[in-house]
Amino acid sequence: MSFTEGVFYAFSAIMIMAALGVITARNPVHSALSLVLTFFATSAIWMLLEAEFLAITLVLVYVGAVMVLFLFVVMMLDINITRMREGFMRYVPFGIVIALILVVQMVMIVGPENFGLEQFAEPARHVADHSNTKELGRVLYTDYVYPFEIAAVILLVAIVAAISLTMRRRPETKYQTPGKQVMVKKEDRLRVVSMKAEEKEK
Amino acid sequence: MIPLSSYLILGAIMFAISMAGIFINRKNVIILLMCVELMLLAVNINFIAFSHFLGDLAGQVFVFFILTVAAAEAAIGLAILVVLSRNHQTINVSELKNLEG
Repeated sequence: MSFTEGVFYAFSAIMIMAALGVITARNPVHSALSLVLTFFATSAIWMLLEAEFLAITLVLVYVGAVMVLFLFVVMMLDINITRMREGFMRYVPFGIVIALILVVQMVMIVGPENFGLEQFAEPARHVADHSNTKELGRVLYTDYVYPFEIAAVILLVAIVAAISLTMRRRPETKYQTPGKQVMVKKEDRLRVVSMKAEEKEK
Repeated sequence: MIPLSSYLILGAIMFAISMAGIFINRKNVIILLMCVELMLLAVNINFIAFSHFLGDLAGQVFVFFILTVAAAEAAIGLAILVVLSRNHQTINVSELKNLEG
């Protein structure tokens, strides 16, 4: 077994174990942490496939941002774990059967007789100073620049949606209302009182 | 020499695991969201494997966009989850029947 095969099988095993941990963990925090491990193992597999930029992006964006978001939400919500897991054991056999059927069917199609080394030969490795990031950037900013802009807009919409969904008015906090401040008139605040002038002291 | 089929089988196994996860964790919305992330990851493995073996960068560009959309989806999904738990004090799927569904 060559070195790359060893790396592939080791990280595949880690990935599948961690994925099983995600779906079977009792505590949602443990599932989130298993998902982090899954992402790390996947990024190693992507390194083997010479997709270095996406491997690093997966670690930075997913482990660094999305999983931290998940962990925040998991810890912020007060979840009753025992209530959540009722019916868990009842559906385990069903889940296993579905997963096995799915794997068998897909392996029959994507197995070694259709996608083996005879059909798809291993491509030549790139030279050491080949930059995957440069290549990807070149394609991204020329051929795919319009989808790229749309992706940026999608992210903006996601920010606006997430903030506007979770923002709420707390009654105990004091707020300014600029509309009311601008509309205020002199009569609302100023009261002219007419009274007798004081007499001059002698 | 790792054939393309090994990567594809790995993606298939990951997809099946996340599918089973959706079946067995049908009460907990957070785990369901994590399973969706796992599913997208399985699809991304296939895209990158094909991109490598066919020598075409379009697969990697597609993975880039899937990552973007998945991040947006996770952010909005978790925001909805926070609002849901604030209004109903639960995220148990079986107790969410406001829409009479």
